[in-house]
Amino acid sequence: MSGHESSYEPTNAFTRWLDSRLPIIRFAQDHAMNFPTPKNLNYWWTFGGILAVCLVVQIVTGVILAMHYSPGVDTAFASVERIMRDVPYGWLLRYIHSNGASMFFLAVYIHMFRGLYYGSYKAPREVLWVLGCVIYLLMMATAFLGYMLPWGQMSYHGSNVITGLFGAIPIIGDTIHTWIMGGPSIGNQTLQRFFSLHYLLPFMIAAVVVLHVWALHVPGNNNPTGVEVQDVEKETVPFHPYYTVKDAFAIVLFFMMFAVFVFYAPNVLGHADNYVQANPLVTPSHIVPEWYFLPFYAILRAITFDVGPIPAKLLGVIFMFAAIAVLFLLPWMDTSKVKSMRYRPVARQFFFGFVATCLLLGWCGASNPDDGVFGTPGKKLVVSYTDAGGAEITSEYDGGGEAYLDAKKFVESLPAGTNASISAVAKPTFQFRHLSLILTFAYFGYFILLFFVGLTESSKAVPESIHKSVLKRSKPSTATAIPAE
Amino acid sequence: MTDHTANEHDAVDEDRRNFIHIATGAAAFGGTAMFAWVAVDQWNPAADTKAASAMDVDISKIPACGEIRVLIGGKPFFIRHRTATEISEAEAVNISTLRDPQSDDDRLRPKPDGSLNRSILITSGSCTHLGCVPLGPCQGNTGDFGGWYCPCHGSHYDTSGRIRKGPAPRNLPVPDYRYLSDTVVNISL
Repeated sequence: MSGHESSYEPTNAFTRWLDSRLPIIRFAQDHAMNFPTPKNLNYWWTFGGILAVCLVVQIVTGVILAMHYSPGVDTAFASVERIMRDVPYGWLLRYIHSNGASMFFLAVYIHMFRGLYYGSYKAPREVLWVLGCVIYLLMMATAFLGYMLPWGQMSYHGSNVITGLFGAIPIIGDTIHTWIMGGPSIGNQTLQRFFSLHYLLPFMIAAVVVLHVWALHVPGNNNPTGVEVQDVEKETVPFHPYYTVKDAFAIVLFFMMFAVFVFYAPNVLGHADNYVQANPLVTPSHIVPEWYFLPFYAILRAITFDVGPIPAKLLGVIFMFAAIAVLFLLPWMDTSKVKSMRYRPVARQFFFGFVATCLLLGWCGASNPDDGVFGTPGKKLVVSYTDAGGAEITSEYDGGGEAYLDAKKFVESLPAGTNASISAVAKPTFQFRHLSLILTFAYFGYFILLFFVGLTESSKAVPESIHKSVLKRSKPSTATAIPAE
Repeated sequence: MTDHTANEHDAVDEDRRNFIHIATGAAAFGGTAMFAWVAVDQWNPAADTKAASAMDVDISKIPACGEIRVLIGGKPFFIRHRTATEISEAEAVNISTLRDPQSDDDRLRPKPDGSLNRSILITSGSCTHLGCVPLGPCQGNTGDFGGWYCPCHGSHYDTSGRIRKGPAPRNLPVPDYRYLSDTVVNISL
């Protein structure tokens, strides 16, 4: 839509003077006020605006928090507690900032799933999608760096796990690991560089957001039909007031939910362990990242076996990074020319399967990999002994106290020198590590399926134009008005 | 400098232009590359960080069947006082069945007189899987093989610090250390 003619007319002497020197009002008019936007956008399209506000909230609260925070292993934890207790409204600023990160990710995930459903990544919007992926990657980096700053137990040990991932790289892994930490372990120097980068990256996000909006304003918005705008006059409305008001309404609703978290459940998305100061000698029993990283954490842990020369640890890291990298390739993996899933009945089912896969991966990431998915079953008794020929034999007993008596009676019945012992072994069950592995394949499978489904599927009739599809939607009311039809 | 035609002011001297392009480009590239070196290298461990990478530890106060944990350069190390049973368990293992085959003797460093102090085992305290600190006798969990248990992803180490079960790929590494006397060891990264 960047091709649309500028409709701005300076109205007075000053704006005429300014327009010939810095046409900033013209730019705002053309790109924010009068920008032609498809008239059929639904509420899923409001998340772009919500995300812009989220970024502003994070930057404003973050800059203020940096005025009170003190990076350093001896001061960081105390300075965060000081913000919470002593700084006027410090608690509010910090809770907005920490919950704001979660809200930011919630909005970005909805925004991404919207793009996936309506095919917003397809030509001519591939660059727009890739820039969005870059923003997402920067967001993850920023969130990871920021989570270390309070210098709590989860901050320290979570960072240890994540920086340790780089150690899995063959040959140069240890060097890179030491380089990132700036020493043999995570210490003061690591905290300071992470703080510096945590302050830098949001501004890089803002810069990429400018590119993202630029790339959006060249082809214009996609829309729920996935059919491009053909008649600007009939099929678009100016961004202001139509979408400024719609976005503003959605932003208000979103902020009401945000406020519920900030005021009524400010720590529900965090971990109690992070209110204990970092102690390198004690690892929390269950290290989990923030909720928005859980699906990737599940993929990281899903691979527990070596494949050829590639050790399990490296393979897990490769799969985790591939899960993000595959998003960048998506525009070239989906072979269907039909954008919107509304008209792709088969791919649509896979899309909902993919959403379920991501949510279940999050559940796996939050769970202990050894726990049973359907509850943890009891243990069984195993008696192992050596028979006369010297072979190791095991015998299993299942059940309650009787099983123990049976097993004990059996051990006593064995001749001396058989080295019999009874041990309790967990019964085999369907564990989270198994579910994670299945879901990991389902995650990647979606992208591969899109390639093949696009080649073979027969899509439903795509509307000729946005205008026609909007008219069709209002037809049922005329149908009831004329029963004879 | 070859094309000296009638009007010297209008003629473009390609050689002079190329010289300026190449010289400017080379200075910009060289300057950027040199600064990039500085920007990358400043993240490497600083001199004082490297200097704080060794420590003398008194091993005489560790109770049998117990351990102490020390931080050197921020990294945890286990110094475990093993009982006779634990030593014999570690020695009885058939090393060909191990994921990272090492005999118990491979994991000890000799005293100045050349003998081994089998009762003291010194290992790194970070799990070789993802760097968590395993639980040990003082935390009341020594895993299935009597050594250490990593609660993060369930790696079990035996009384010689060797990986026996779980996702960790290697044994707990043995750091560089030497006995300064019968009761003091110097451990360095």
